[in-house]
Amino acid sequence: MGILEVKNVNKRFGGLKALSEVNLSVAENTVHAIIGPNGAGKSTLLNCLVGKLIPDTGSVMFDGQSVLGRTPYEINQMGISRVFQTPEIFGDLTVMENMMIPCFAKRDGAFEMNALAGVARQRDILERAEQMLVDMRMADKRNMHAASMSRGDKRRLEIGMCLAQEPRLLLLDEPTAGMARADTNNTIDLLKQIKEERDITIAIIEHDMHVVFSLAERITVLAQGTPLVEDIPANIKGHPKVREAYLGETAAAA
Amino acid sequence: MLGLNKKDSTLLLIVAAMVLLAPFILNPFPADSAMAQFNAGYPDLMQRFVIFGIFAIGFNILFGLTGYLSFGHAAFLGVGSYSAVWMFKLLSMNVIPAILLAVLVSGVFALVIGFVSLRRTGIYFSILTLAFAQMSFNLAYSVLTPITNGETGLQLTLDDPRILGVSATADGGIPVTSLFGMEMRSTFTLDAGAWLFQFNTGYYFCGAVLLLAFYLAIRIFRSPFGLMLRAIKSNRTRMNYTGLNTKPYALAAFVISGMYAGLAGGLMASMDPLAGAERMQWTASGEVVLMTILGGAGTLIGPVLGAGFIKYFENIFSKINEGVLHQWFAFLPDGMENGVVWVVEHFVGPGWHLTLGLLFMLVVTFLPGGLVEGGQRIARLFRRKSTEPQDGATQSHPAE
Ligand SMILES: Nc1ncnc2c1ncn2[C@@H]1O[C@H](COP(=O)(O)OP(=O)(O)O)[C@@H](O)[C@H]1O
Ligand SMILES: [Mg+2]
Repeated sequence: MGILEVKNVNKRFGGLKALSEVNLSVAENTVHAIIGPNGAGKSTLLNCLVGKLIPDTGSVMFDGQSVLGRTPYEINQMGISRVFQTPEIFGDLTVMENMMIPCFAKRDGAFEMNALAGVARQRDILERAEQMLVDMRMADKRNMHAASMSRGDKRRLEIGMCLAQEPRLLLLDEPTAGMARADTNNTIDLLKQIKEERDITIAIIEHDMHVVFSLAERITVLAQGTPLVEDIPANIKGHPKVREAYLGETAAAA
Repeated sequence: MLGLNKKDSTLLLIVAAMVLLAPFILNPFPADSAMAQFNAGYPDLMQRFVIFGIFAIGFNILFGLTGYLSFGHAAFLGVGSYSAVWMFKLLSMNVIPAILLAVLVSGVFALVIGFVSLRRTGIYFSILTLAFAQMSFNLAYSVLTPITNGETGLQLTLDDPRILGVSATADGGIPVTSLFGMEMRSTFTLDAGAWLFQFNTGYYFCGAVLLLAFYLAIRIFRSPFGLMLRAIKSNRTRMNYTGLNTKPYALAAFVISGMYAGLAGGLMASMDPLAGAERMQWTASGEVVLMTILGGAGTLIGPVLGAGFIKYFENIFSKINEGVLHQWFAFLPDGMENGVVWVVEHFVGPGWHLTLGLLFMLVVTFLPGGLVEGGQRIARLFRRKSTEPQDGATQSHPAE
């Protein structure tokens, strides 16, 4: 049994069958990549895991519990954190404040009426957020407006915010899309380091083959809403079905 | 001090000093000089400054922090006034129970209206609050006449029960509002040569409430709750995917700001025990929006400044009439004088809203951060002159 079990999931948008009979099992403490050409249904699948979309049929189990019918914040509190294709951070707040919010969410849950307490006195939160900033190597940016950072730094902050919650499953939707090569390599190194230092399962959707083959322990190939094959990276590379679905795409990406 | 950092304590002390010394500060001109019309140190005007300051401070907790723009906050002001007057009619003329009921009832109202309105965001939320407020206005104006006394407005009468007080005073008048015997209307006048300073009990009572309201607002701004509200304004998606339920946060902010409005309404009735439906009209809701934006939404002191600014100029500009204008422009040749007066008179008296509109447009265009931003720019100008350029790395705190 994997930590994440997707069974027979179907999702239609009007006449378009975005996902059909998707089965996926992500083993605990592995890095699992989901690849596939544009429009294959990768983001749709991810949205079904985090409560943004509800599958028409099928089941999604996380750690033995169904996530279906739960809201995104409830699913997050179960232990699934999500990194977006374009970084979603609190642009109006400082980097430090950004990092404090997931620390509060971890400590106090989905809602806590803490209106007279004084943020400056929450020693445990301040220490935890500071530690995360140090881990992410952004402690020097703590007083910066988050919106004024580079795209690579925003991504780094977003990943750090997710990790501050100590999730058991980290989902990343094309984390290097639109990034320069140097930023992409930095992100790969960061994710590798995270995997080494923590007990965490990572599911990553990616377009960039370089990223996928540097990180993934298992790869699922999705095409037209259905998983084609699932295997270790070495076997995926030369797989005839994958070449067929991916031809042109790989050539362009490589 | 009181759990505030040094900067916030200083701000609170400055506001306290201003409230305390307002009768002097607002009356800088000798009573019989030509400039006396620019004085503002009269009890009822000072009360208005403070009461609308409270209203705007509360509004800012919702709008400034969460970004939810309510166009219906006057409804809570009105509900507060009605509740307070009922307390004066039924219980006693003491302002404390009246204000407590005002805050409580407006809080319950805000809970219901907020619960429904917060199902939508952005413009739809604003429209919902506007619709609710107009409904409340119409209910107060006609349907609920037994409670609100409709068009005439709710007033005290000689045969109100007033269980803990008297229906009528010994000389057959309606009793006046008081704080454990201290009459709200009593005023001590200080003659200082050509100057005249008035110290009114009601004003100082309102001032004390303002300081408490301001202090609580600072605590809320600096709390984890306040941080969550600012996070809602910044990125609701990230909130949801960080395991935080934005709805109860926004609702709590809505209820708190509704209670502030109810407090302001209760104070209004405590100064002058009557309540009318017009207090709930959409123009009144719009006014608090203007005050907050003009002063600086999301800042601590901005709403208070905005409220004072608007109420001061409303008072000054509405007093100016044709006669005054002719006096001012008497030095011009006759034809020109009439021309100038004809133009200017549209911007004063009842036309003062035209001036307010222009001022508002200028501020929003050139100072989007309101009067507070104006002050910060001036301060920065001076600092740059006195000390050599500091590095820009220390960014200003977004919610000062
Ligand atoms: N909300 C939506 N409404 C309608 N169609 C959608 C929606 N989201 C995705 N689709 C369609 O579903 C298919 C899969 O999209 P997506 O999951 O975003 O693909 P990928 O992330 O693999 O590129 C595409 O054809 C896309 O146009
Ligand atoms: Mg996608």
